[in-house]
Amino acid sequence: MDKKIRILMAKPGLDGHDRGIKVVARALRDAGMEVVYTGLHQTPEQIVEAAIQEDVDAMGLSILSGAHMALFPKIIDLLKSNNAEDILVTGGGIIPKEDIEELKKMGVSAIFGPGTPTTEIIKYIEENVKN
Amino acid sequence: MSDSAELVKRLLKGDRRAAAKLITLVENDNNGQSAKIMHLLHPHTKKAYIVGVTGAPGSGKSTLTDRLTHELRTKEKTVGVIAVDPTSPFTGGALLGDRIRMKESCTDKGVFIRSMGTRGSLGGLSRATNNAIRILDAFGKDFILVETVGAGQSEVDIVNSAYTSIVILVPGMGDDIQAIKAGILEIGDIFVVNKADRDGADRTVMELEMMLELNPKKNVWRPPIIKTIASRGEGVEELLSCIEKHRSYLESNNLLEKRQDCRNESELMDVLSYRINKYLLDDLKQSGSYTDLLKKICEQKIDIYTAADEILKILWKKS
Ligand SMILES: Nc1nc2c(ncn2[C@@H]2O[C@H](COP(=O)(O)OP(=O)(O)OP(=O)(O)O)[C@@H](O)[C@H]2O)c(=O)[nH]1
Ligand SMILES: [Mg+2]
Repeated sequence: MDKKIRILMAKPGLDGHDRGIKVVARALRDAGMEVVYTGLHQTPEQIVEAAIQEDVDAMGLSILSGAHMALFPKIIDLLKSNNAEDILVTGGGIIPKEDIEELKKMGVSAIFGPGTPTTEIIKYIEENVKN
Repeated sequence: MSDSAELVKRLLKGDRRAAAKLITLVENDNNGQSAKIMHLLHPHTKKAYIVGVTGAPGSGKSTLTDRLTHELRTKEKTVGVIAVDPTSPFTGGALLGDRIRMKESCTDKGVFIRSMGTRGSLGGLSRATNNAIRILDAFGKDFILVETVGAGQSEVDIVNSAYTSIVILVPGMGDDIQAIKAGILEIGDIFVVNKADRDGADRTVMELEMMLELNPKKNVWRPPIIKTIASRGEGVEELLSCIEKHRSYLESNNLLEKRQDCRNESELMDVLSYRINKYLLDDLKQSGSYTDLLKKICEQKIDIYTAADEILKILWKKS
């Protein structure tokens, strides 16, 4: 049997918009991935714990609330303290350019802005997940 | 690739990352990894109590599983949850969404939740699921709750794996309750009428009672019917006490052993048929006589049954 890419899709923070993340989740499923969707209002602890138990290769976090500079570092730290920094961290949402640079330095692998074609996201995940 | 023996060692020490990685290995089952892992784990299994949760899509299986997990935790039991969702037969992908309803326990270190796609198996409990149950068993979980896809074969399959099977119904099926697949009555050790906050719950309970009454396969154990409102946690305490009652019933009548034997046999058959398919048939397909016979069938010279007989003769001779 083949190795299947498993990805966790979650929405940390307080905003309640999940339309975008659901579209991406379905696209990833249709690309043959196993998508663990955990829904809205997830704390960094919940996200990292789920990622570990589900043994995902990557995670996609959608953040629209503007809290990205707080949430991403927290998640990266938790991954590190759980020896799980091999999990690819990607994100989506409206995030200013200078923040993106900062986040990448911290260990976020990619940020997909609004309107990124799902094909691009799929390609990125497929190419960057460690086998 | 991580060494599976090392992972098993870590699992037995309580490392949840190792548990997660082992489940991935049995799911992918590359190079017969499952066989090695299950061999190493075997002495550490047969301790957990396995509960199956099944029911139509959207009936509240995940919500109820979450509440039940919480209830078990207040009694200081550790819990493993395996939530199975369908894999798309066309793309091989799956949307595993049961965790949305399982937030209550998700950071509790006494709980381990794993979502699985059905992958190749026909909607049923796959070999991988059964192996994952054993991994969580060896991991030391007291209870393992298995939420299955609420359709067709998996409802029946769960009986082979679980010691107590819970079947969830919801009100508002009206006259349709007659149409519930015949099999469902036989598999439930406990029936739950969830969403009891909706109209018609009592009627569903009544109809279910009548149908169970008519069921000719009457046992000493009369499956109780419990009304729950899973979203508010109502009725969950009673559900757990029914599970405990069913467990003592099984234990005091030597039936738990019997269920375990049954589970072992069904898994043995499963592994055998998988291997027969994989090794014998794959081997056979490489052989000249197979191609020759197939050609003869296609040329209309010989019928399929005669060809199959010929092939079986060749197989018997080999073994
Ligand atoms: N009114 C009401 N809604 C409920 C109750 N229990 C669950 N729900 C809701 O029913 C919906 C489905 O619940 P789930 O727990 O996801 O059901 P499920 O059987 O696991 O669904 P699938 O895994 O998709 O088959 C959710 O919106 C729940 O909030 C209940 O007792 N009453
Ligand atoms: Mg569910």
